[in-house]
Formats: sequence, C-alpha cells, structure tokens
Amino acid sequence: MLNVKNLNVAFGGVKALDLHDFSVDMNELRVIIGPNGAGKSTFLDILCGKTQADDGEVTFDGNPILGKKEVDIANLGIARKFQKPSIFGSLTVYDNMLLAARMPKGIFKSMFFKISSELKDRIYQVAKMVRLDIHLSKLAGNLSHGQKQWLEIAIVMLQDPKLLLIDEPAAGMSDEETYRTGELLTDLAKHHCVIVIEHDMSFVEQIANRLVSVLVRGKLLMEGSFAEVRNDQRVIDCYLGRTNTQLE
Amino acid sequence: MKKYLTADSLFYILLITVFLIVLPLGNILGFVSNNTISLWGRYFCFAIAALGIDLIWGYTGVLSMCQAFFFCLGGYSIAMHMLLSATGKGVYSAAIPDFMVWNQVETLPFFWEPFHSFGLSLMLALALPAIFAFLFGFFVFRSRIKGVYFAIITQALALAVWLIFLRNETMLGGTNGLTDFKSLLGFELSNPKTKLGLYLIAFLTLCGTFLFCRWLVNSKFGKVLVGILDSESRLSFTAYNVVNYKVAVFVIAAVLAAIGGVLYAPQTGIITPGRMDVKASIEMVMWVALGGRGRLKGAIIGALLVNYLYSVCTSLFPESWLYILGILFILTVLFFEKGFWGLIEMLEAKLTGWSPAKGSESLKANV
Repeated sequence: MLNVKNLNVAFGGVKALDLHDFSVDMNELRVIIGPNGAGKSTFLDILCGKTQADDGEVTFDGNPILGKKEVDIANLGIARKFQKPSIFGSLTVYDNMLLAARMPKGIFKSMFFKISSELKDRIYQVAKMVRLDIHLSKLAGNLSHGQKQWLEIAIVMLQDPKLLLIDEPAAGMSDEETYRTGELLTDLAKHHCVIVIEHDMSFVEQIANRLVSVLVRGKLLMEGSFAEVRNDQRVIDCYLGRTNTQLE
Repeated sequence: MKKYLTADSLFYILLITVFLIVLPLGNILGFVSNNTISLWGRYFCFAIAALGIDLIWGYTGVLSMCQAFFFCLGGYSIAMHMLLSATGKGVYSAAIPDFMVWNQVETLPFFWEPFHSFGLSLMLALALPAIFAFLFGFFVFRSRIKGVYFAIITQALALAVWLIFLRNETMLGGTNGLTDFKSLLGFELSNPKTKLGLYLIAFLTLCGTFLFCRWLVNSKFGKVLVGILDSESRLSFTAYNVVNYKVAVFVIAAVLAAIGGVLYAPQTGIITPGRMDVKASIEMVMWVALGGRGRLKGAIIGALLVNYLYSVCTSLFPESWLYILGILFILTVLFFEKGFWGLIEMLEAKLTGWSPAKGSESLKANV
C-alpha cells in the first residue's frame, strides 16, 4: 500500500529524517514510537504534503506522492489528523463533518450543494461512533479537548481515505476516552490502512495489531511486535528506559 | 424565541418601511428633499460594496485594501458612457468630452470607443474588475501570500492605480475625474424623478445583492469560506483547493464593489480618483468593522450609519469628523469586536436568553 525508499529530509543542515525502507500493508495498523525530535511528525507531514522531502521515493497505491500538493494527496485517499486538533472552530460540529465528507469539492459544486439523505445518515453514523451525535449543533470551538480530537478523527473518517495518518490521538484524553479511541482505531484498521504516532505505551499495546516501528533521530531503529519492541534493549535504552543520554 | 420580535425581523421591517415607503413617499409628497434621497441612494451603493468586503474579510478573513478601486472601475465605466452620450452638448460642442478639449486632445482615445453603448459599458463595468481581481488574485493567492502581506500588497495596488488615474495622460480626467453628466439612457439626471428612480434602483439592487450574499454564505460555499478563516490547512487536507475559493470570493467582492460604483456615479454626478485613494479603501473596511464583520446585516448597517453620521457630523462640527470616526473605531476594536450588529445580538441574547454563539438548531449560519 505505502512504500518508502531512501527518504531524506533536512532542516537547515540537520537531518530530520533518513528512512531507507518502510512500508505498510493494506488493513494494517502501524504504530510509530520514538523520543521527541525523532522525526515522527515530520514523516507524516511528508506523507500528506505539508513538508517537502529533499529526495527519496514514496509511493502510495502505486502513485508517487513526493512533490504533490496537499489537495492532490488528499484526493488519492490520504487523510491526516494533526497532533493539535485542527478543526473549524466557528462552524457547528455538523458543518465540520459535512465539509469533510467525500464529494466533489469544486466552487460551483459547493454553491449548489444539496445534502442527500445517505450523506446525512453517514454523518449521524460517524457522529455516533465518536459520541458527538448529541453535540451536532454545537460550535466546534466550544467542545472539550477530547471531543475536538474525536471530531478531527470523524473528519478524517468521513473523507473515506485509504490511509489514515493519526498523530497522537490520545493526547489530553482521559483513560476512558483513550480506551474508546483505541477501539475506534482498531475498528478502522479492519478496512483501512492506519499509521498512528503515540507515546502512551498502554495505548500502543491496545492498538498495535501487527508491527510497531521505532524511530530515533530520523532513522528506523527497529520494527517488531509490541512485545519485541518493549523488550528490545536498544529501545529501552533510548526511549522507554529513559536512561540514555539521547534524551535531552 | 419565535414569539418575540427578533432583532432580525426588526431589521428587515425597518429597512423596508423607511427606505422603500417613508422616504420615497415623503419625497413625492414634498417632505423629503431631493438631496436627502440622493444622499441615501449613494449610501446604498456603499452598502453594496460593503457586502463584498464582508464576504472576503468578515467571512473569509482575507483583508483586501483595494475595494475602492473596484468601486471606481464600475463608476468610471458608467461615467464614460454618460459623457460620451452627451458629446456635442458640452461647452465646446465637441465630439469628445470637454476635459479632452482642455488637454488638446482631438480624437477619442481608442479605449473610450466601447463606452458609446450602454450595454457594453455596463458589461465592462462588471467584467473589468472581475478579470482584474481574477488575474491579481490568482497569482497572489497561488503564491500563498496571506494575512497582513495580502493587505499590504492590495494597498500598494490601490496606491498605484490611484497614481495612474491621477495622470492627465491616462485620459480619464486626471485629478478632476469625470463630471458634468447630463443624462443616462435618455433620462435627465437633474430631474427629481430620475433621482428617485436611481434611488429605488440602488435600494432594490442592495436588497438583491443582500439576498445573493445570504444565499452564498448559507450554502456550503459559505461554510468553506468560514473554514478558510478558521483553519486553511485543514481545508487543504480535506481536499478543498483553497486558492480557487479565495480567488472566487475576491472576484465576487470586486464585482459587488463595481455594482456599487455603477449606481454611485450617476447619483453623485462626479467620480474622481479621490474615491479610490488608499484612504477610501480603508474607510470601506471600517464601515464593515463598525457595523459588524461576519454578519451581512452588519456590513449594511455599518455603511449606512457611518456615512449618515459623516454627513451629519461634517455639517455640525466639520473639523471633528476624523476624531469621531477614530474614537468609534477604537471603541469597536477594544470592546465590541462584533461591531454594532454584534452589540444588538448581544442585547437580544440578554433579553431572550438566546445566543448565536450556542449555535442554532436549524444548522444554518447567521447572516
């Protein structure tokens, strides 16, 4: 599904990312962990077109995506949830979800847009999944932090993407909300390809269904199951154990 | 909340009764002077332009500082037509407008030719600003110029075109502008009935453009505009081509300003580069800020109220108008972020317990 080869990104001479080989399969939920500054978010930024890579090769579904614009990448079926909730605060929850839904998004299509009952049902269905169905007429800016996170996940889901890039979904959530988010992501991974960045280890344990990738200083340190990663000495040294000098 | 007389319905009732019934009837019966009618007729033109500014600035958050230029493109186009239709009746009985005679021009410049026809003039009055806004907007927005940089670039544009229009060589009357219009489509402009007619046309056009804008901001297009204000990047990642939307709203705002200009010139009897200088565009933005940005009614109220206040104040205390405007602006920025209409909405919320900030049940935007 997603193949990355020799990807290089540097910011002002500092190498932010240096990935030789990385790939994610259909219906896989991949978790990426790593200490701060490891290049996790930068990696997602490149996949969704926010940041441009220096060189390398990234193909999604057979299409090269490096150098493409955000809109074109979104149209290929890649959707991104940001670390800091990125929603439309002065629109209602319902309008937020309506704008996101997959449909032709040209100017005139938007002017003469009439909502179909299928789309309405779909919005209610997704809203129910993220427990926002009773808040549909609320302004999104007035939601709690956790609800904003969920709204953004709903926005991403409604785009019907093939690949979901989810950056720290559980940040700022209560334990119960975190667990619920985990269920949601596991559910999504049944039909989508999902990449999740996360720090919360019990959350990672809950959602990692196949592989966990560990990024350190822009390089892939190792890939393995959650148990393998957790017990790997190098990972413990540089990340989990927090005994290493790499942690500034 | 339905059983109360809402501020919304009060606005419509007041607007229609005062401007469509009381003032015109009073004019016919002789209570309201022709001057007052012309004055309000011109304010409606400003309100139409203000609607455009509200769309691009209030809803989309893009501050355009050259709207007065688009206003004048409309005004100059119709003024050129009125001058051409009166050639031969001037002081010199020449086949070209009088100001050209003073400038020792003998033949009509080629770009004046299309303005012999009223239809073509009207079309150009709207097409010129539209094309200009499209080209300028396309290149500027595509380069991802936004925020204060866009404001500065449009302000520079306003200054540049003002300097061009000031020159006699531009053949548009230089500093004096175009004036001494006689008639439009055969109607004598000095006739009070023509003045009342123009006033009514301006008011109905204002109503029409208001309905158009209301439809626009309630459509999904309008929600995308608010989305640009809230989070432009989120829109891009949701597969909206934000550049296209910004260009579209810039063009719409330009055309609205031009419509205002077309109706303004025949009612005022003169159009000069002073209408399009840097200050003029800033004033237009201030109408919307004072009236209430992000609300279409705010734009209309702002344009009407500020201009009415202007004519009252300049006749009562001529020296102090700029201070009054400045104080109003500072008060608005400091205390009434949502402007005059926002203040009314706040009062209404206090009285009825309903507020737009809680969101509306109908899932429709407030306009």
